Formats: sequence, C-alpha cells, structure tokens
Amino acid sequence: MAVYKKTYRPYDGALTPSLTRFLVIPRYAFEEMRKSRFLTIFFLASFIYPLIAALIIYVQHNISALNLLGVQGANRLISINATFFLNFLGWQSMLALFLAAFTGPGQVSPDLANNALSLYLARPFSRVEYVLGKMWILVVLMSLMTWVPGLLLWMLQAYLEDGWTWMHANSSLAVGMFFGAWVWLLVLALMALALSAWVKWKPAAGALMFGVFFVAAGFGVAINGVQRTKWGHLFNISALIGSIWVRLFGADPAVNNGGVFFRMPQGEELPLWSCWAALGVLCLVCLYMLTRKIRGAEVVR
Amino acid sequence: MDPVIELDGLEVRFGGRPILKNLKAKLTGRSIGLLGPNGAGKSTLINTLLGFHQPSSGTARVFGHDVRTQVREVRGLIGYMPENDAFIAKMSGVRFVRLMAELSGLPAEQALERAHEAFFYVGLGEVRYRELGTYSLGMKQAAKLAQAIAHGPKVLFLDEPTNGLDPPARLRMIALIQEIRDRGDLHLLLSSHLLRDVEECCDEVLILKDGNIAAFCNLEEERRANRRFLEVETRGGVDGAFAEAVEKLGCETAIGAQGRIKLILPDGLEVRQLYQIANDQNIQIRRLNHKRDSLEDIFLKAMETADGRL
Repeated sequence: MAVYKKTYRPYDGALTPSLTRFLVIPRYAFEEMRKSRFLTIFFLASFIYPLIAALIIYVQHNISALNLLGVQGANRLISINATFFLNFLGWQSMLALFLAAFTGPGQVSPDLANNALSLYLARPFSRVEYVLGKMWILVVLMSLMTWVPGLLLWMLQAYLEDGWTWMHANSSLAVGMFFGAWVWLLVLALMALALSAWVKWKPAAGALMFGVFFVAAGFGVAINGVQRTKWGHLFNISALIGSIWVRLFGADPAVNNGGVFFRMPQGEELPLWSCWAALGVLCLVCLYMLTRKIRGAEVVR
Repeated sequence: MDPVIELDGLEVRFGGRPILKNLKAKLTGRSIGLLGPNGAGKSTLINTLLGFHQPSSGTARVFGHDVRTQVREVRGLIGYMPENDAFIAKMSGVRFVRLMAELSGLPAEQALERAHEAFFYVGLGEVRYRELGTYSLGMKQAAKLAQAIAHGPKVLFLDEPTNGLDPPARLRMIALIQEIRDRGDLHLLLSSHLLRDVEECCDEVLILKDGNIAAFCNLEEERRANRRFLEVETRGGVDGAFAEAVEKLGCETAIGAQGRIKLILPDGLEVRQLYQIANDQNIQIRRLNHKRDSLEDIFLKAMETADGRL
C-alpha cells in the first residue's frame, strides 16, 4: 500500500522465526556502529597484530624470504608454539577489553534512560532474548578480534608445517584458542552489559570496566601483601583467565604462566577449580545485576 | 461473545502489599476504558496483562491466552503505548518503529513499509527521518502510538495517551484513537484518569479504586438507557407542585435550586404530558434537556463506596 493512503490495516502475513528474532538487535546495532569513525578505525587497527603474526609464520617457513632479508637462522628465534598463540590471544583479548569498554556501556543504558525496555519487552520478545541480542553485538565483534584470526593463524601454521600431523599434534592450541577466547568474551560481555545496566552515564560505565580489572587486581595484591597469601589473586580477573588459558592450551604451567597481560605471578598459581569458581561467581553477579535491571516495568515498593 | 480480557480472581502484590485485589471481570467491548484515580492500579493491571508483573494469585486472560503461562502469545496480540516517554533517542522515528515491528516478528521489508505507513497515519510523515530525541512531546506521543500499531496487533493498550498534551494535540490524539476504534480492526484498552478521554473513546468502562473494581458499566447501554433522563427548569406556580404532579404519573424526581428538577420518565410517559401538567398549573417550562447519567456521575458514585469494592 502506498504510504500516502494514510490508513491503518491489520497484519496477517508470515512472522519471522522466534528463535532467531534476537538477531534483530545486533543487526541494528552494527548499522549504528558503522557510523562511528573511531570505532571503525579501532576495529581495523586490531587486525595489525594478526597480520604481523601471519607474516611471522610465513617468514618462519620460507627460507628464501629469510635469505632475502639477510637474517638466515632467524626462524630459530621465534617458535610457533603455545607461547606464541597465548601471547597472540593475550594481545587481542586486551584489545577486546578496550572494545567492550567503548561499546558495552552504550548497549543497555540508553534503553534504560529512555524507558525503551517496556517497548522491547511488550512484544513476543523475552528478557533473555534482549540480553542475548545485546551480548551478541559484543561477542561477534570480539570474536572477530580474538579466536577467529587465532584459528586462521593456527590453520596457516598447519598448512605451512606438515599439515595433518602438526594439526593433530597441536589440536590443543586450537581448542584452547577457541574455548579460552569464549571464556574471556562471555565474562567481558556480561560485565559490560551489567555495568551498562547500572551506570547510565556511558563514560563512567566504560571507566568502571577498567576499574573492575585493574583496581580489583591491585586490591588483590594488597590482600596478598597484608595477609601473606596468594588468594588475593582471585580478584585479578586477567590472571584467572590466564591460568585457565594455560590449561586449555595444554601448556606446562611450570614453564608458561599465561599470555601477555594475562599472567599469574610465577609461584603464586591458584588451583584451577578456584579460577573457574571465581569467574563463575563473577558471571552470576553480572547475571543477577542484569535480572534486577532488565524489566518491562520498574516496581516501586 | 468471547471476552477480550478476562480477570479471574487476579491479585498482584508488591513486597507483600496488595496492589490489585481479587479482580473478576469479563471485558468484551470494542473499546474498553480503564478509569481510576492515581494509584488505583490501572498501570499495574496493564503491566500484569503484558506479563511484566506476575500475579500472586488468580490469573488474567487476553483472547483466552493466560498471562501466567502464555505470555509470549499474549504479547503477540498486543500493541502497547506506555504512559511515560519511551523511545531510543539517537534513532530516527521510522527506524525506531521498524525495529519495534521487527521485534514483533514482521520481516524486515514488511516492517519498513508498515513503519512508514504508521508514521503517516499518526500524522508524523514529514518528520519520520528526524531523530526521536528532537521530537516535541506531542510528536513523541504520536510516535509511541505508531510503534504500537505498526505490527497490526489485535488489541491496543493505551496508557494515558493524552498525558501532557496541549488541547489541540489532545484533540488530534483522541480523533486518532476514535478512528482506530471505528475501523473495528482491533480492540482498545484505554487507561486514563481523565473522564473525558474515556467517555469520548470507550464503550465499556472498568473503574478501579484502591486495587478493587469500583464499577463496571457499558457506556453504550447507559447512553441508550439514559434517553429517559430529563432535566427541567420551571418558573412560576406553587413550589413543589409540578414535581408532585409528575410523581403521580410515575416519574422519579430530584428537586434542585431555582426551579430545576431532574426526572426519570417511566415507560409510556411522553414529554408532551409534562407540558400539559405545566399548562394546567400555570407553570412555565423554560428549559427541558435530555440528560444522561454522565460518566462523571458514574465515576463519582463509584468513588463514594468505602473501599471501592463492588
């Protein structure tokens, strides 16, 4: 019908599947994000390290290229092993933290500030789908920065090495890259949304993201110093993640204590279960915070 | 007729405090008014029907779908225009309505087409590409109505739709609601504390007071029945003689100041008989109005009951 007819008519056409309806939110969000020049540049810049890593892998396997550069024997300086991939994941995950701090606070707080939640939730669209849709935005962007290029590098290395044999021998690196990144992404996305739901001023919510990571880590170190213990590291989220990565990558904890920015101090490692438990508690707290705030109507008691 | 909304012993408590108390009603009207003073529980009832609040006991049904167990189906039938400002400030009007239509399940192209149509329909066609944050209050209200109808709901919940509007904007909003009502494609539930809004738009009214149903009336029937109400202004004659004479004919009377008398005519009695009596008693009938029991009278009567319970 032409819009100039200015009339109302009921809709009796087909509806989209309810299972994938939450994807509407990220689609609109990505269109909005594309307008931000800063975010676009930051996102593109995040691929510099993967490109350098790919170049290193390529040069490692290309003696003629090394000869051309006059650095024969350089392939023995850098090994493509668990440390290489852990450091890659560490770098990229730190960039993902910045991305979450920039984009996360803008996800829920504007909807809360403008009372838009009642409009979202008055439709056949649940709170879980809303949170899932908002998380999807961060998870997709951060995946493209972390495990997706990580697995591509792993495949490049496998291709340039001796194929299936290397792949089979180093499958733990791929598994670690994929699941390790996902643990980090979920923690980050939940934290970003929870803070966005509680702190309506976007810069404050972004700053709080960094605060939770760095101030809490400092607090943990203070506890360790005062109490002469190592359990204060439970407040150090990046160290907890690093400990989990080491195990997921199948690396030797005695030799490798996590990727860059995500290292647990040598000799102060915590049991793996406690790392998982601490992250689990953090996620539960974030979910509780979201449950309290993501509501169709505020109850004034 | 199947009820649009059925309240089946519905009770809602917040922190142990009862907000809605054992509500029972079957609302079948095309346009249902929800009336009550501030704090009567109107918005809580709407929020409960939308599944935002869980009933502490009893339940409610919208077109037979239980709000406790079939909330997704219920929401699929509803278009909701909330009382407060509700929008996404950085989004253009048409994009916002399109997003809301897509979340209701419309495919992207259909949602876009209907978002444009809805914007033209509510009179915002020319400003549909402007950011919602720049809209005036009246425009925001109209945009909220657009998002509520864009996906073609079966029942439209309007929570204080004329809130904060200036008189011309209010008239436009009322005209739009009446037009939607008269098209007959969907049912309306209009919540308001403004009697005039409800009287102009609704054919059935549920009056709430302190979380109870204080009155429930079919305005359409009241309007028809109340044709037999008369208000007469007389001059001359002996005080009370005219009233006494018409009472003998079976009229119920109430005598007001300055010769005003309210009458309810019994069946079979014609107005010209009143003129006859006046002539016989040498009384002038200066004015004679057909007066109906207005919604205001019904509302005030309902508010007089102690705790609002019927």
